[in-house]
Amino acid sequence: MAQTGTAVRPTRETVASPDKISVALSVNGLTRQLEVAPWTTLLDALRDHLDLTGTKKGCDHGQCGACTVLVDGRRINSCLTLAVMKDGAKVTTIEGLATDGALHALQQSFIDHDAFQCGYCTPGQICSAAGLIAEGKAKSADEIRELMSGNICRCGAYPNIVAAIQQAMGGS
Amino acid sequence: MINFQYARAGDVADAVRQIAADPKAKFIAGGTNLIDLMKEDVERPSRLIDISRLPLKSVEETAEGGLRIGALVPNSDLAYHPLIAQRYPMLASAILAGASAQLRNMASTGGNLLQRTRCYYFYDIATPCNKREPGSGCSAITGLNRMHAILGTSEACIATHPSDMCVALAALDATVHTAGPAGARAIAFSDFHRLPGDTPQRDTNLQANEIVTAVELPARGFAANYTYLKIRDRLSYAFALVSVAAALELEGDMIKEARLALGGVAHKPWRDPSAEAALRGQAASQPTYTRAAELVLRDAKGFEHNAFKIDLARRAIVRALTQAAAGTPQSQSNKKIR
Repeated sequence: MAQTGTAVRPTRETVASPDKISVALSVNGLTRQLEVAPWTTLLDALRDHLDLTGTKKGCDHGQCGACTVLVDGRRINSCLTLAVMKDGAKVTTIEGLATDGALHALQQSFIDHDAFQCGYCTPGQICSAAGLIAEGKAKSADEIRELMSGNICRCGAYPNIVAAIQQAMGGS
Repeated sequence: MINFQYARAGDVADAVRQIAADPKAKFIAGGTNLIDLMKEDVERPSRLIDISRLPLKSVEETAEGGLRIGALVPNSDLAYHPLIAQRYPMLASAILAGASAQLRNMASTGGNLLQRTRCYYFYDIATPCNKREPGSGCSAITGLNRMHAILGTSEACIATHPSDMCVALAALDATVHTAGPAGARAIAFSDFHRLPGDTPQRDTNLQANEIVTAVELPARGFAANYTYLKIRDRLSYAFALVSVAAALELEGDMIKEARLALGGVAHKPWRDPSAEAALRGQAASQPTYTRAAELVLRDAKGFEHNAFKIDLARRAIVRALTQAAAGTPQSQSNKKIR
């Protein structure tokens, strides 16, 4: 469509969006249909609309990593993502990692290594570690620490978290 | 966060049309900075135009032997792209020095260029800030200014540009490609970001209703002798106090070509042609590096809490040039500085 050079006028692209927008997400293997306001974050959609409260709200500003989930296989901060932008995406939360009642290797290794104290950061730590393993960039403990730096643990379980991730990676 | 409307852009032309139709609309791509600023009520767009599905996600070779990076290539994909890792490792290193793995997975190339300062006062809507509210005053000049600029500041603003990636792009002489109502433009990287002057509300020279479509790298990648050295308060996941992108081309121990860009010290990635000229044709040695550092910092001005940055920057420049010349770039996982 050519520029008219006259005053700005509404076009078909600028019609008002409704207060609620229909969004389809595949969450932990199930297709979920949601009606959300545009300003609903993916985190709030998971917790408040789908009752998946395993994913935690810590800082709500992308600084703590408690809200980490996997979207189309990649770890992201769900607090800085709008649900409407992820229409059609595949989301995996901490509730979706176990299969047929068997713990995910990371869930088991976090237990084996006592890799938490209060547990609030743990769902984000585990989802982040799942993303890290899928990325395949971290080999050494230094690299695990660096690539897990987006997940804060205020109880200070870091050494055990690194050990747990190494175990799940099949390392020492 | 205030309520807003949401629309998706069908293509680049549609995105430009949509943003021109609503002066209070904003583009959203990765959202990592914009949504944060909206939660703080610093940004209050009436409408978000979602550009995240536009086909600007490829890295392509150019006829000139460089690369054209689509504006929507995520930071992590760019850092790990084989052609970037092989030909432009300084760019890969700078990207991996910034943010966290999650944020790099979300953040786009174009968005990285357009992120706002992390000045505490810019974020705090209860305080005056000329960048957020022109004419209201600068709280940082007489406030807490440990993170702030030492070069190119003005009485209106002493904020820094927060990006690591942009420091490497500046050193590499990248070009920013844009599209807008008046057509496409190519902007030299050093002309893209602005100094604050008396209009600190404008971070860049992007015009109203323009969109970044790509970042182009020239053929010269400095893959043999480079480093990205970032000094910060924590070992990871913190903004730079001072960072240095240094790249050299050597002939024996003679410097044939030199690039030097600093982050964390100014309102834009800081390059100084006189310092680079002082490196060219000289021996790759500490006296040469020290002279270049003195030139970069000749007009540096510290404030109450950040005067330490002048000496820190001087030492970081010398260390970075030493690392680059030795072919031993700073590791971004083992943070020991050698």
